Amino acid sequence: MNKYEKYIRYQTFPTPWCPGCGDGIVLKSIAMAFSDLDIDPNDIIVVAGIGCSGRMPTFFNTNTLHTTHGRALTFATGVKLSRPDKLVVVISGDGDALAIGGNHLIHAARRNIGIKMILINNGVYGMTGGQVSPLTPQKFVTETTPYGNIEPKFHPAELLIAARATFVARETVNRTIQLKEVIKKSFQHKGFSVVEAISNCHINLGRKNNMKNPVKMAKWIAERTVTKAQFEKMTPAERDHKYPVGILQENTDRYEYSELYHKHIVTAAKESAKKNKKK
Amino acid sequence: MSERKVLQGNIIVAKAAISAGCNFFAGYPITPSSEVAQYLSKEFPQMGRDFIQMEDEISALGACIGASLSGKKVLTATSGPGFSLMQEHLGFAVMAEIPLVIVNVMRGGPSTGIPTKPSQADMMQTRWGTHGDHPIIVLYPAFSDEIFSETIRAFNLSEKFWNPVILLLDEVIAKAHEDIEIPEKKDINIYKEKVNVIKDLNIYDRNIGENPPRVDFFKGYPIHIDGLEHDSHGWPTSDPVIADKMQNLRMQKIYHYQDEIIKFNEYHMEDAEIMVFAFGVSARAALNAVKEARDEGIKVGLFQPLTIWPFPKKALQERFKKIKKILTVEMNMGQIKYEIERVSPDDVKKKTLLRANGIPFTPKEIVNSIREFTK
Repeated sequence: MNKYEKYIRYQTFPTPWCPGCGDGIVLKSIAMAFSDLDIDPNDIIVVAGIGCSGRMPTFFNTNTLHTTHGRALTFATGVKLSRPDKLVVVISGDGDALAIGGNHLIHAARRNIGIKMILINNGVYGMTGGQVSPLTPQKFVTETTPYGNIEPKFHPAELLIAARATFVARETVNRTIQLKEVIKKSFQHKGFSVVEAISNCHINLGRKNNMKNPVKMAKWIAERTVTKAQFEKMTPAERDHKYPVGILQENTDRYEYSELYHKHIVTAAKESAKKNKKK
Repeated sequence: MSERKVLQGNIIVAKAAISAGCNFFAGYPITPSSEVAQYLSKEFPQMGRDFIQMEDEISALGACIGASLSGKKVLTATSGPGFSLMQEHLGFAVMAEIPLVIVNVMRGGPSTGIPTKPSQADMMQTRWGTHGDHPIIVLYPAFSDEIFSETIRAFNLSEKFWNPVILLLDEVIAKAHEDIEIPEKKDINIYKEKVNVIKDLNIYDRNIGENPPRVDFFKGYPIHIDGLEHDSHGWPTSDPVIADKMQNLRMQKIYHYQDEIIKFNEYHMEDAEIMVFAFGVSARAALNAVKEARDEGIKVGLFQPLTIWPFPKKALQERFKKIKKILTVEMNMGQIKYEIERVSPDDVKKKTLLRANGIPFTPKEIVNSIREFTK
């Protein structure tokens, strides 16, 4: 048995994912990050919403919570505030996090609550059969954009930075070692963190866009992967089709929310109560 | 020593929650329930307990569920529009069997309706608001001391049956400042859960009719909690045999114990020929009306349910053996009257007094209705 397998709940296998899906790589990367940091499985909770990504917690041999569509962050907020000592991980897809759960995402970022989010971006609603998502590239054909997608996609990193996120990173399922390493770094960050993992859905997105082979889709992702330095030299038009990878934002100055609550608010409230008693 | 005070209804709820040991509140501001959150935002930090204002009511209940699963005793408070938004997570809490208390201070509806006026129009929403078959417990105090005791009872029932409990309040009762005697700590009966040692992942394993044991995260054995239909391990399944068993486990845990859950008050019912069925602020007016009608020599009594759901069917059917007239008074276009029709035999005459314009009934209006009913 490999060391990371301690974090895998084999009883719940098989996974519902299609052959060649990137979700398996993300699953293993997270388990390996747990293992590298040697965290007790009982001190970890993995929370997810709905979709292909939403099924991932079931396969971790940690505390796991499969919630409602887009709202994993809200459950995780309750857990983190109650138990600041635990590692709270949220796994979300692009539709889950940025469409139905967009509001929760920006507020979790603004609060800087110490939740570690892994945002799996495959650019489509996979589990429901391939409908357009807020991260589907323009012109792409999906089940609900049969004539091509006319909506521009979000830039999740820019959105999160504007929402005051303190740790934002991006990797792709092609770069497995880097993906694991950046997930590990995000786990060590004190506040809210998001690692966007670009993944392939060759079945429900690639198939309709001349990429039904997972290797072809992996290549398509690779062609769009650039370093942060390369990305910064590009024009806005060029940038729209590229994914800069690595740590895109890291700010360690701000307090984590539950720490701030318990250190600042609770202390201030107790002092105020004492003063009122003296009066 | 018990304390005699003049307090607002919403504050009585908050004080009772503190006494019950509630240590987590997540909410979103909404008229006419905001005072619950305001009061706890000041009190909870002083006690080292958690308070958070979330970005909406959906997330408020989400945070409550997360906290409840982490071992906290949780509360949220809202009103109609917010309660509508909470239906999604109310269903989750039922499905995953999570104890929590939701206060719904009812206001005029539908939609944003009349925010500052009372209404009793969420009766059916509390029963069937979230999709799918589900068990639910709904309590409805009418008098200030009942607000305190029913809040305590709401926490006790939610923890005993591992189910969300909804506490209904009328806008006028929640906003009014009234005299109340807050009981001494030793006189408050708090349900103490058995400490459950989780030995395996088979957390939902039990027989139909049995109470579920409390299971929390971080108790030494990593468990799975799911909003999908699940087997006894909590793992998702669509197996019809398992789904059937789990549906029954959830429904029966409430219906099996309904005698323990259902509570009601009766006034002047001994020799009554007419029964007034009223709850919340309508029950207050109805009590005065019953007294007035009695002065006129009309044999009338009041049945005031404290538990709305499960519905006090057995108790009513017992009374229908003697009483052949029932007047249902509710501030809506007719909701509980259907439940009365459902549980009453054909030889019972049914009359209603209904209104949904934000103005509570006066005792005089109810007396008039009682008089007409004697003819």
